Amino acid sequence: MEKSSAQARAEALESLLIEKGLLTAEVVDDLIVRYNERVGPMNGALLVAKAWRDEAFKQRLLANGSAMVDELGFEGGQVDKLVVVQNTDEVHNVVVCTLCSCYPWAVLGLPPKWYKDPAYRSRVVREPRAVLAEFGTIIPQGKQVAVWDSSAEVRYMVLPQMPGAWAGLSEDELTARVSRDSMIGVEVLVGD
Amino acid sequence: MTDKSGQALDLDLPDELQPPMANGEVLFEEPWQGRVFAMAVGLHEAGAFAWSEFQNTLIEVVGEWDQSDLTDQPYLYYEHFQTALGRLLDCKGIVSTAALTNLTNELAARPHGHDH
Repeated sequence: MEKSSAQARAEALESLLIEKGLLTAEVVDDLIVRYNERVGPMNGALLVAKAWRDEAFKQRLLANGSAMVDELGFEGGQVDKLVVVQNTDEVHNVVVCTLCSCYPWAVLGLPPKWYKDPAYRSRVVREPRAVLAEFGTIIPQGKQVAVWDSSAEVRYMVLPQMPGAWAGLSEDELTARVSRDSMIGVEVLVGD
Repeated sequence: MTDKSGQALDLDLPDELQPPMANGEVLFEEPWQGRVFAMAVGLHEAGAFAWSEFQNTLIEVVGEWDQSDLTDQPYLYYEHFQTALGRLLDCKGIVSTAALTNLTNELAARPHGHDH
């Protein structure tokens, strides 16, 4: 198989870093496992489920998202400051990083490909309703759409509205139903 | 715009050979992307640089692409990520771009079957 130059460059970099004693292949392997298995949107979904069931938790989450990440011991320490924005009957929130790919890893894992795409980065700010419609999410004209631009300092996550049909579900049942896209704000959850 | 990154990589492979996924999503489309990502995080965790330094370099690299005349080409995120990591390591005197390029060329020139 033809070796791409990006692949050769990655291999060369790893070999130089190991030679200099800055990393080991095991550290790299372990980090890949961490991001594949333990850092992901299930962590954000747990925060959402807890917030829906416990008003006091929700207020603490909205006041200081980072503190809740620490309290629950989520990995993915690049979240310097997590700010959770709440969807209401009046406002729908959606998150972007216009400059690159800033994203709250500790609660959502690594961003999906489209989040890093230039089209999403530029268009969601200019025409959020049209972009949301392309995800199948129609926001009524009377409702405000707020776009939050994540940066290296502040990363945003959306607290979606809970469908009425889910009242009475357990924390585990709710966690399983909260989608990643609803926490980026490109999806509105619908009761099943 | 729909999220096709999962479907786009409809590799006809047995389960154990599928690339790793989270939430039904392919995290890294090629193994080198995962390794470059992990090298950046690992170096940051080892104290080689603050994450914001990497983030700012990535913003710079992505910004150069956004302003270039290449925007009709496919957007290869991890190539930008790799460029940013290389630039930061060069800047900090950790790995020089010259040394990296030399070894890259050497590895790329290996005959087939001798690349392990």
